[in-house]
Amino acid sequence: MRKNKRNTLIGFEKIKKTYVTGPVKYQALRGIDFKIKEGEFVAIIGHSGSGKSTIMNIMGALDSPTSGKYFLKGKNISHYNQDELAEIRNKEIGFVFQSFNLLPRTTVLKNVERPLLYAGYTKEKREKRAMKMLKTVGLADKATNLSNHISVGQIQRVAIARALVMNPSILLADEPTGNLDTKTAHEVMKFLVDLNKKGSTIILITHEDDIAAFAKRVIKITDGLIESSNYKLKTARFIKE
Amino acid sequence: MIDIEELIILALEQLRSNVARTVLTMLGIIIGIGSVITIMSLGDGSTQSIIDQISKFGTNVLTVSPGKAGRGPGSSGGIFGTLVEKDAQAVSELANIEAVSSVVSGQATLVNDDQSVSSSVAGVEYAYAQIQSLEFSEGSFLTESNINSMTRNVVLGDNLIEDLFGEEALVVGKKLRIDGKTFKIVGVIKDSGSVVVPLPTAQKLLFGQDHLSSISIRVIDIEVMDNTLAQVENLLLERHGISNPDDADFYLTSPQQMIETVGNMTGTLTAALSGIAAISLLVGGIGIMNIMLVTVTERTKDIGLLKAIGAKRKDILAQFLIESLVLTLAGGIIGVIIGGALTYFASSALGIPFIVGLKSILLAVGVSVGIGILFGYYPAKKAAELNPIDALRYE
Repeated sequence: MRKNKRNTLIGFEKIKKTYVTGPVKYQALRGIDFKIKEGEFVAIIGHSGSGKSTIMNIMGALDSPTSGKYFLKGKNISHYNQDELAEIRNKEIGFVFQSFNLLPRTTVLKNVERPLLYAGYTKEKREKRAMKMLKTVGLADKATNLSNHISVGQIQRVAIARALVMNPSILLADEPTGNLDTKTAHEVMKFLVDLNKKGSTIILITHEDDIAAFAKRVIKITDGLIESSNYKLKTARFIKE
Repeated sequence: MIDIEELIILALEQLRSNVARTVLTMLGIIIGIGSVITIMSLGDGSTQSIIDQISKFGTNVLTVSPGKAGRGPGSSGGIFGTLVEKDAQAVSELANIEAVSSVVSGQATLVNDDQSVSSSVAGVEYAYAQIQSLEFSEGSFLTESNINSMTRNVVLGDNLIEDLFGEEALVVGKKLRIDGKTFKIVGVIKDSGSVVVPLPTAQKLLFGQDHLSSISIRVIDIEVMDNTLAQVENLLLERHGISNPDDADFYLTSPQQMIETVGNMTGTLTAALSGIAAISLLVGGIGIMNIMLVTVTERTKDIGLLKAIGAKRKDILAQFLIESLVLTLAGGIIGVIIGGALTYFASSALGIPFIVGLKSILLAVGVSVGIGILFGYYPAKKAAELNPIDALRYE
């Protein structure tokens, strides 16, 4: 398909992040360089404390690096302010978190509509696009259910629908299967694999090798540095290329 | 770009999810607005009721009384005798005067058989009926010759009839003793408690005084009221040989002045009471701020999530501000309704007109909105400034 002429979507250049809590300084990232191209399915793995969550926060425009450059679609966004980052999150990034993905006491449809609300879409367009996304994830019949009245597997699928509703450049999944049983976890992962086949760029943050096995490439982080940007898992790759 | 309508729907959803808390939070505003509305409306109602009573005497009637304004007649000894009939005659020759009557009045005891009533009795001239727009339910006013020939005729206000003669009695032609002298009743005045006799009869027979208790003046038109009031004042100052108006030995009152005085008095009272009621609004506002702060803390994770999917600071600020606005506005509207109902019952119990002015409703709604913004801003700002990562991680 587009394999030959893929553009670089994400570029990390010498990204460092230091947290300062009173007198204590903690260097979470000590100089990270990597590139992710359009259409990739990358897993970022590492033990807790390795710095993978910090990478995900910076990549997801939730946080800014202490130093270094973060290029998103060729633009250096490492010094954007809170509202500029909010706009990036809204338009370019779709999040799926481990838990607490949906607003409670709100319908499934309204949850999926939210990013469109912040992007300034009219009510009509919001409903139409959110409904279309719910059909894509196979949950159109749950649209009017309250978000706390559906199963955990369904919650993650709704979260994916919401993550994709703005047609973002990246789908950023942070331990998306952490709260699911193996069977449901695999279903969700297969769903992500299918999305990737249709062209979505997916970045997965996980500490589980068998979940990382669903990705095409694995970046391993150890102690705030990249151990390998094409790590070979001991578990068999899920996808046969 | 912010979709206010959607934010209102979201706010209502949020408030509906915890009805008990919502109602308790609104209670402060409901009580505050309710009592302000009740006090203001009852104030308006009682002012109106007094104004109605004053207006019944006619709005273009001036009264000259002896003594100093604010102290009343006779407050300093000999000053009682400063108005004479010649003053009244002189006034009647001024421009724009429709009618003038000298009045001599005093307390007297009215007796019919074994019934007796103590009342003020006024000796007047013929023009008095026209000046005061007297209406008669029975008989008619004293005739001009009645008055001039010092007859012992009397007209009575209908309010006195029942006490003296019993219910619904026809009294014209009947006799009545005033301070022991026998009078003949010739007329009954509608809606009144006055007792009116010929001027010379009051001067010579009843009270033994020639100087006047007051001069009643009807001006041809309300438009020239102020002007005429000044003319009357100047004329009397000149006649009494007084150069400084502050030393005047008489004072003028017009219904407008009385209405203004009453208006000022009830206005001040209403403002003071409303001020006290407003304190409960302040307390209500603080309650709202308190609950909004709790809400922000409770929903820290929601806020983190919303920020992650692209909510800017202004989006979060608007959402929480609208939530507190919906809370206070709903409280304000319920307060207006409850205040209106209380006013309705209170005013019918007190016998004053039921008035809930648009002004007080708009004020109440405005104040509610103001409280919503004032006390909702800090919590909303706090929510808007949350760091998305910290908020997402919050447990």
